[in-house]
Amino acid sequence: MTATHHAGTSPATDYEVVIGLEVHAQVVTESKMFCSCSSRYSGAPPNTLVCPVCLGMPGSLPVMNRTAVEATIITALALNCEIPEFSKFDRKNYNYPDLMKGYQISQFDLPFSQAGWLEFDDPANPGQMRRAGITRVHLEEDTATLKHVRDSSGETYSLMDVNRAGVPLMEIVGDPDLRTADEAGSYLRALRQILRYLGVSTANMDEGAFRCDANVSLRPRGQAEYGAKVEVKNMNSFRSVVRAIEFEIVRQRDILDAGGRIVQETRGWVDDRAITVTQRSKEAAHDYRYFPEPDLPPIVTPATEVARLRSLLPELPDAKRHRFADAYGMTADIADTLTQTRALAEYFEQTAHLSGNARAAANWITRDVLRILGNTGAEIDQILLTPAHLADLIKLLDTGTISVRTAPEVLEEAVSTGSMPHEIVQKRGLGQVSDTNALTTAVADAIASNPKAVADYRAGKATAMGFLVGAVMKATRGKGNPGLVNELLKQQLDG
Amino acid sequence: MGAFYLAIAEHGKVGNIRHMGATGQPAGQTRHMHVTREHLVGISGDLTALTAPEARDLLVRRQISATELAHAVLGQIERTETQVRSFITVTADEALAQAHAADLALSGSDPGATPPLTGIPIALKDLFCTTGVQTTAGSRILQGFIPPYDATVVARLRAAGAVFVGKANMDEFAMGSSTENSGYHPTHNPWDTSRVPGGSSGGSAAAVSAGQALLSLGTDTGGSIRQPASLCSVTGLKPTYGRVSRYGVVAFASSLDQVGPFSIGVEGSAMVLQAIAGADPMDATTAPVAVPDYRSTIRDGVKGLRIGVPAEYFTAGMEPDVERLVREAIQTLQGLGASVHPVSLPYSEHGLATYYIIAPAEASSNLSRYNGIKYGLAALDEVDMTKAMDATRQRGFGNEPKRRIMLGTYALSSGYYDAYYRKAQQVRTLIKADFDNAFASVDVIASPVSPTVAFKMGARIDDPLAMYLSDVCTIPVNVAGLPGISVPCGFDHQGLPVGLQLIGKAFDEATLFRAAFAYEGATSFHRQRPPLARSEASANQAPHA
Repeated sequence: MTATHHAGTSPATDYEVVIGLEVHAQVVTESKMFCSCSSRYSGAPPNTLVCPVCLGMPGSLPVMNRTAVEATIITALALNCEIPEFSKFDRKNYNYPDLMKGYQISQFDLPFSQAGWLEFDDPANPGQMRRAGITRVHLEEDTATLKHVRDSSGETYSLMDVNRAGVPLMEIVGDPDLRTADEAGSYLRALRQILRYLGVSTANMDEGAFRCDANVSLRPRGQAEYGAKVEVKNMNSFRSVVRAIEFEIVRQRDILDAGGRIVQETRGWVDDRAITVTQRSKEAAHDYRYFPEPDLPPIVTPATEVARLRSLLPELPDAKRHRFADAYGMTADIADTLTQTRALAEYFEQTAHLSGNARAAANWITRDVLRILGNTGAEIDQILLTPAHLADLIKLLDTGTISVRTAPEVLEEAVSTGSMPHEIVQKRGLGQVSDTNALTTAVADAIASNPKAVADYRAGKATAMGFLVGAVMKATRGKGNPGLVNELLKQQLDG
Repeated sequence: MGAFYLAIAEHGKVGNIRHMGATGQPAGQTRHMHVTREHLVGISGDLTALTAPEARDLLVRRQISATELAHAVLGQIERTETQVRSFITVTADEALAQAHAADLALSGSDPGATPPLTGIPIALKDLFCTTGVQTTAGSRILQGFIPPYDATVVARLRAAGAVFVGKANMDEFAMGSSTENSGYHPTHNPWDTSRVPGGSSGGSAAAVSAGQALLSLGTDTGGSIRQPASLCSVTGLKPTYGRVSRYGVVAFASSLDQVGPFSIGVEGSAMVLQAIAGADPMDATTAPVAVPDYRSTIRDGVKGLRIGVPAEYFTAGMEPDVERLVREAIQTLQGLGASVHPVSLPYSEHGLATYYIIAPAEASSNLSRYNGIKYGLAALDEVDMTKAMDATRQRGFGNEPKRRIMLGTYALSSGYYDAYYRKAQQVRTLIKADFDNAFASVDVIASPVSPTVAFKMGARIDDPLAMYLSDVCTIPVNVAGLPGISVPCGFDHQGLPVGLQLIGKAFDEATLFRAAFAYEGATSFHRQRPPLARSEASANQAPHA
């Protein structure tokens, strides 16, 4: 479902959909943004990873986590942003019980980065890329979590867990450059892939490590000004982001078509009802009263530091995809598959290097290794089959030590036991018979016991050769080297 | 009087006066012990009249014990507290335990090697977080808040061996110039208990003035150390912003707050600053500037020192006696070898206006964490979460914090930010540039601390602007982030103290100590004690109603 599709069916006005996404991604760090508490709160008992600073106790002061700042700047560089020399933190003031200090330390007018862009697959034109502007990437702190409870007697209360408070949070603000819900989905996939490539965030949406708010507005095509903007929140999966935007486009179009006006507001996505509902109108919007955080000095990032951080950037998915296609002569689809994650791409390149056969490595990985991962739910670096194992298997095939038919069996055992394929072949006697003497006897037997096939061969029937090869293979229980069998048969028949 | 008495309080009795400020019920009995130590502690024989360096000397030479000293100040608290009311909490048991530990340390083979404040009693303004001891910042909203951590300065004083006698009264969240804004009770000026001690660190100043502690710690956001020091005739130093850690100090205005000492005599303040100064990994605004050995240069005199005198600081509303005494003090310094030069600080007249934008703006944000969810007062009768937070704040904050929260919220509001907060920051830069300009040709700037002597209690409480004007000479120093010291420079015609302010270059507290020390060496104002502090006066003095 796209906006153009809707606009096309609209009897009245042709609307252009304008979408901008705000993504919050938790930064992977050992400690929190402004104190030394662990930021690995997942699974920790409530309120155990806390200190006076992240609890907002009187007199406590923030101290900046430099790793989180570096991760933010690296992310911004990967998103082609400018890195200003001067940056600072600001206080965003609002009151809510999950906000320990009554303000969030964030960045307002001098963020760590600005004016970048992100390329993503154009869902309307497979194989083509689209580009959306990145307004800024800045750094702030996460809030505590509140759990609203109703006990058996019907009494309601709220429980607070401060473990998450102060975890570093990157905000990646996108320009309003997206035009369809599917583009939003594609944008998010590209962004998530980059964050994971950089290792700066797990970017897992279901764990809350990656959150997305969508700003959606419609305007008559050709109109320069934007229409009234609705901010949609509460989406907990990429799918719900796409659905919420789709819903919002239809809702706004219906209102406009009916002659109504869009109210600028914040709406929440209700997943089980697949609708958005009003959360907060513009009139009730917060005045955050931003002002420079006096407890933290401004941050200077000299050009030399930017250069140093840029040198730490890994090869990004798009560049890797192109290089794979060029260097290994693979199709765009295979290159795409192999670069899904940085770990998979590295797995492929190691296998290709160790085996000296990139094509075979690509085939084995896209076909068998990904199937194994799919079946087990494991990550590429968690399975027993390492690139060394897979390269060993490929070499056994390439040297004719094993046949294509035996290989899957060897692979399965290597996956389940972690044994090296050549050891498995040796132990279980799975090697091909390439011993000319042993095969000569089997070939002679096959010729002697199949006179009709021999006659057919001599009469020029091509299929007769295949029959004789099959007879030899049967006699050797599949271990005969097919090439050698062919050669020996020809020698004896023609000789 | 032939024999004299040293008041020594009994353990249990003194222990009972914890929270006496809040309950208003001091424990009564003291036991008088006959001692003969005149030759050691001066003609009065009163250990509470000792300066910190004198006490250090006697402690190290084992002429007095830390326990005796602790008993002396605790006895002085018992004797004078009903009149002065310097404390919100007296920590007698802790003080005696620390004193005992100090005596153990001092009984070692090399007492001189003990930390420099070992056994010396010190009072802490009640906004320094102290592990296990209630810390209120003078506000009802923090009543019952017992921090599980020490402020960095408290930890450093502990490490230096200091004995903590209690938590001193203050204007609520350090907002005020009289200590009348305390959420608990006002503090009285030891020189005239019908008058205010100044503020916001009024309890810290009064405690040292009355001999209830040899030293104390305060904070100065717009004059809150120097003004009460002036009004109580003690030395008070506001160090350079960034010189002393603010970690664990309940924040009022983060870009202006600074921790500093009170003492009788300049050297005590130097000893305290030596112990607390220096970069702190817990406070990103502390500066990585080396801390010099202050006492090694304090006796170097003022010969050749260039003193600037800004005409703008001798304002129209100034009391004639104040101006006369301050000008006499400058002449005294000149007589000691300093040269005097006129300087101009034209933007300082906008200091008050600038301050009353920036400080409330920061305060409105700093005070938003007090909502009853995690500590302190909580409106538990309200069922709704938001209503409970609002009710806590309505009940817990006094009028002055409420006033400043409103001022600051307004100044930061969308549409007003540029006109107020941004403009104030720009003026702040100009005020600082004035000082930079002046310090190109002088080493120290001299001025009054307060345009008036201590005023009557209640005189300005209903007139916030009059109260704010108390700090007109001190505020620009905070706005510029510079160090300033207040030293006693005489008494007006009513016998009320007046202070001289010396302002220094950033991180040049050493020169302020040197100049102030030279000045006090040429005068005797700092050794004069308020009558109620003198032990022989106790029996005859009527408690303040």
